[in-house]
Parts: sequence; C-alpha cells; structure tokens
Amino acid sequence: MSNVYVADQPSAAREGRPSGRLLEVEDLRVEFRTRDGVAKVINGVNYHVDAGETLAVLGESGSGKSVTAQTIMGILDTPPGFVTGGEIRFHGKDMLKMSAEERRRIRGEGIAMVFQDALSALNPVFTVGFQIAEQFRVRRGMSRRDAKIRAAEMLDQVKIPNAKQRVNEYPHQFSGGMRQRVMIAMSLALDPEVLIADEPTTALDVTVQAQIMDLLGELQRERQMGLILITHDLGVVADVADRIAVMYAGRIVEEANVYELYAKPAHPYTIGLLESIPRIDEKGQQLRTIRGLPPSLLKIPSGCPFHPRCPMAQPVCPEKLPPLLQLGPTRASACHFAEELVNRD
Amino acid sequence: MTESILEVRDLVKYYPVTRGILFKKTIGHVQAVDGVSFDLHKGETLGVVGESGCGKSTLAKVLMHLEHPTSGSVTFNGQDIYKLGASGLRRLRRNIQLVMQDPYTSLNPRMTVGDLIGEPFEIHSDVAPKGSRRQKVQELLEVVGLNPEHINRYPHQFSGGQRQRIGIARALALRPEIIVCDEPVSALDVSIQAQVMNLLETLQNEFGLSYIFIAHDLSVVRHLADRVAVMYLGKIVELGTEDEIYERPTHPYTQALLSAVPVPDPNSRKNKAIIRLTGDVPSPTNPPSGCRFRTRCWKAQEVCAREVPLLEVRSGSDHPSACHFAEKREIMVTREAGELTELPTRTL
Repeated sequence: MSNVYVADQPSAAREGRPSGRLLEVEDLRVEFRTRDGVAKVINGVNYHVDAGETLAVLGESGSGKSVTAQTIMGILDTPPGFVTGGEIRFHGKDMLKMSAEERRRIRGEGIAMVFQDALSALNPVFTVGFQIAEQFRVRRGMSRRDAKIRAAEMLDQVKIPNAKQRVNEYPHQFSGGMRQRVMIAMSLALDPEVLIADEPTTALDVTVQAQIMDLLGELQRERQMGLILITHDLGVVADVADRIAVMYAGRIVEEANVYELYAKPAHPYTIGLLESIPRIDEKGQQLRTIRGLPPSLLKIPSGCPFHPRCPMAQPVCPEKLPPLLQLGPTRASACHFAEELVNRD
Repeated sequence: MTESILEVRDLVKYYPVTRGILFKKTIGHVQAVDGVSFDLHKGETLGVVGESGCGKSTLAKVLMHLEHPTSGSVTFNGQDIYKLGASGLRRLRRNIQLVMQDPYTSLNPRMTVGDLIGEPFEIHSDVAPKGSRRQKVQELLEVVGLNPEHINRYPHQFSGGQRQRIGIARALALRPEIIVCDEPVSALDVSIQAQVMNLLETLQNEFGLSYIFIAHDLSVVRHLADRVAVMYLGKIVELGTEDEIYERPTHPYTQALLSAVPVPDPNSRKNKAIIRLTGDVPSPTNPPSGCRFRTRCWKAQEVCAREVPLLEVRSGSDHPSACHFAEKREIMVTREAGELTELPTRTL
C-alpha cells in the first residue's frame, strides 16, 4: 500500500487533515503513581470528534477509556493521576495549558459528561430540580424561580412524564432509567458542544437501554453535538456509532468507521473481541476466546502490549511497538500485520 | 424427553412490607415470585431471563432453600425439599449448588483458595477424608483451568474471571447434580466472559450437570440454554426451547425484550424494528390485576385486566405462553453461526 503513513507522529498525521476539529486528543499520556509503582494508564491516545458525530471508545476494564474521558473533563484525581504529555484541543486550544478558571468555563457549556451510575452521581439530599437549576443560577445568573422552570423544561426534553411535579422529587424516587434521563438533562442543561457518555446504559435493562440510546441519538441530532460514547458493549456500538476507537492497555489499537470495523477488523484484538461475544442472532457453539488476561498496567508487556495473548504473534512483536498505521482514509490499526489482515479475503 | 430431576410447582415468595417500629403492622407484600412452575431435566440448561426486579434472584434463593417459600413445592428425587429436616437438607445441599454473581464479594478475603474450595469437605467429611482433601482441591483447580500450585493464594491475587473459576470449583466440590448459576458472567469483561461460558459448557458435558442459568443478558442465555423461561414481575410469561423462544416468541414481552437486544452488526440497523415499551416495570407490591404486563402492552384489551392468563399452549403458540393473544411475530433473522475467521497463524 502506498498511502501508509505513521499517525503516531503528529506532523505527518495532521497534514492534509482539515483543521478546526471540535475536540482533538493528541498523544495523551497519563500515569498513576501508586504505592506499588507507576501505572501507565494512557500511553499516547489520539482521537477526535466533530460536530454531529458519534465516536465510540471501546475497551475492557482497565483499557484507559474512562481515564481519557476524565482527563478531557479535567476531573482526574491528582494525585495519584498525572498527565505526563500530550494535548487536548477544544476548538484548537489546548485545554491542558488553560487556567482552572478557563477550564471551568468549558465544563458544562463546551464539554459535558454523563456518568455510568446515576444513583451515585446525583446528590441524594437535593431534589433533581435543584441540581439541574443550580447550573442555570450559577452560570446564567437566573433567579431561583426561573431556573426551576428551566429545569422542568429540561426534564420534559428528556421525556420524563409529569416534569412539573417530578422536578421537586429526590433521586431515590426515580427508577434507574429515569435517573439516567435526569443525568442526561443535567449534562445538556448548558447546551454543550461535546457530550461524553461513560457507559450510560451499562447498569440498565435492555428495554430501558434501548429507550436511553434512542433519546441520546435524538438529542444529539437536534443539537448537532459531538458524542463520545464510552462502552464495552459491541452491540450498542454497532447500533449508534459512526466511528470506533478500540483501546487496549492505554493505547488505541484500531480506529475505523463502524461498517469497516465489523466487516473486516484489522487488529487481532478486535477480531478476538468480535468472536468472543455471544450473539443473540446466533445459535450456541463454543465461543472463540482471547487467551490469557489483560496486562497489569504496572507491567505492560514490551513491544506490542497484546503480543502475549495474540494468536498471530511473531518474533518482532515483543521487540517493537507497532505504531497506529493509517490504512485508508478512515481507518488505522496498530498491528505489525495490519495490512495482511485488511487484505485477507 | 429425558426425566425430570427437579419439579417446581406453584412456587410463591412474598416479602412482607411493614410499617411502625414497635408494633409492626404488615401493610402489603412484595410479590417477588408468584406462582412459578417448571421442570428441570437431567443434563439440560434451563435459562431464566428477565429484567431487574422480575424475581429471578429470589427464585434462585428459594430453589437453594436459602429462603423459605410462602407456598409451593420443589421436588428433588421424589422428595419435597421444603419438608426436609436439618440432616436431609444437608444431604440435599450436596446435590444442589450455587454459583454467585459477584466474584469479588462472594469469596472470603481471609481464606486461601485451598480453604475456600475445601470448605465443603468440612461439612460433608465423607466425600473426602481429611488426608486426601488437599489433593482433591488441586484436582478441582485443574478442572476449572487454574494452576494447582496456586492453592495457597488469597482471592485478591486473582482476576475477576479467575475468581469466578474459584466459585465454580467450590460449587463442583461435592459433585452436585444441579448447579444454580445466578448471573455468573455479568460482572466479567467480554473476553473473559467467553472463557467462563465455555468452561461451564465443558463441565456440563464432563459431569452431566443440570444448570439453572439465571441472567439478564439474552445473548448469553441463548448461547448456553436448552430451554428458556422468561420472567416478568414474579411470573413466568413464556417457557420453551431455545428455538421456540428466540425464533418464534409469542408473548409480547418476550418479543419486546428480544427486539431491544443490540446486535453487533451495523448492517442490522436498517432492518431492525425495536418494539418500544413505554413506562417502567410496575411495583411488585401492587402489581396490575389480570395480566401483569398489560400496563405496557400494545395488545392489551379489557379481558387482560380481568383474567390472569395462564402459562399454557394456545392456538397461536406451539409452546406455553401466558398471553390471551399469544401469536408469532417475526423479530429477527438468525444467521447460521458463521465460519470463524482463521487468523494467519505462524510458528515462532
């Protein structure tokens, strides 16, 4: 292939790309300094999201997908977490170099986040109306009364029935799905340009999950938001994502548009993941598994971090770290044999 | 059809809801399980699916006799397990074992793996005399795919998937006939989930186990189960073979549930019609009259509020379905399990 170039090197990667991305993460590195040693949680993550687009960040626990989101939001616990390199650009400006005050202004209005566990993310001693209205009072200078009316409108937008009454209720009076709607209403209150949803439906039942994903999709289209959907569920991703970034051991191992990724994954880890999930539309047989365990972040294997579990590992794999190679206009893979995988029948 | 090993008849479990501190007054009941009947056949896997709050975990507890039922019977080897005395119950427990959901909290952090897996032998000392216990435990570790040399390690030294293997080894220790699995893989990562599911399948073939497999994930259940029971608000709404439930579901709730499961294939976006259920599951303290699903059902008629639909075979259904208007509906197209991608493997 002639158009192969190395995306890990920023200068090469940025050439020919339109500038003015909404949110761009470049070569982000984060480590956790713990008693047991330094855990390299994020080791050079690159991704971007544009207005009206859904990027799914897929990975297992410990792959660094949530830490990336926390770093973007600026809510990383420091210590133990430290950003050791990279840039997070919002409208071209590096947020990591901003003052706390500037970042605060972006939070909520520029970038907002929906957390996984709505019950622990909401404050149990205030009404949901108060918690949503707080943003309007602090950020928009509204009176208590007006802010509460706006809060009720927000609840109505996320399709909570009887919004006017329910605005005075406490989080425990809502069911799991309704609580997640409250969370979404809260994150959208200041009309953000980018919404990060961290496992928004993992704690919910399938029928409720379908409702919430519909709602998110609808709101995104209406507002032309960029949506970063963090999840481990390959089913949900196939339904809603435009592009997918697969993470493993703090690194993006494959990035592709959703159709390409499912039709022809270009990284052995993605192939393994797709084959190891039981599918509702498929009858039982033994599942293909990925052997071994995800690596400890305190001791990431040398070279390609996936090589101890990889069925096609070669002598070069433990030696050399494969860069994220661009394989086409919309896809990239960090495998020494990515081209072989893409060109197979 | 093979013989039944466990017969469950009209099992009911209500929890009282009380008010007052000194003079407790019962003001209602949570109807967690309300009239559940099924047979478990030898060597089969019966999947129990349903959303949270439908009573599937209570069912597991009652089947294990960890909770005494309000009424109903469970017959194992011709004996009603709720009429057994203390020693009879102890013998029974040897034959019915439980694998729990959360591998992080179900293992005592102060006990070594050897103690954890060997603990059943303390109570049932006739299974393994004292001298041979260590060896037995090591055999069990090997059976579930753990290193027998790790017998002196503590649970925190293992990953989630490995801990679930320890839980399975402990359940296997007494060579039970039935294992009740309550959400055994839902806390695990996808790549690890597949390993544990394959292990459960291998063990079933090896030891001729019967499973009651409780899960909320319909894809996991389809993969393992021979027959499936779908629960809603304490009742079984549909019961059939894996094919009958997944290919020809006749209860509206099953149809809605199946249509909502995301399929890992972006090409299915267009030709998928999700049945949108509105509202939430009603409170089990005060369930709707008649059919419990009627408040969210698009087919509901006047008769649904009046009469409780029995779980029986009807004209529109080839298997028991608890709907007055049971009929087939095309939900999804099952693809034949495709060829697994062969990775170009080479030797090092």
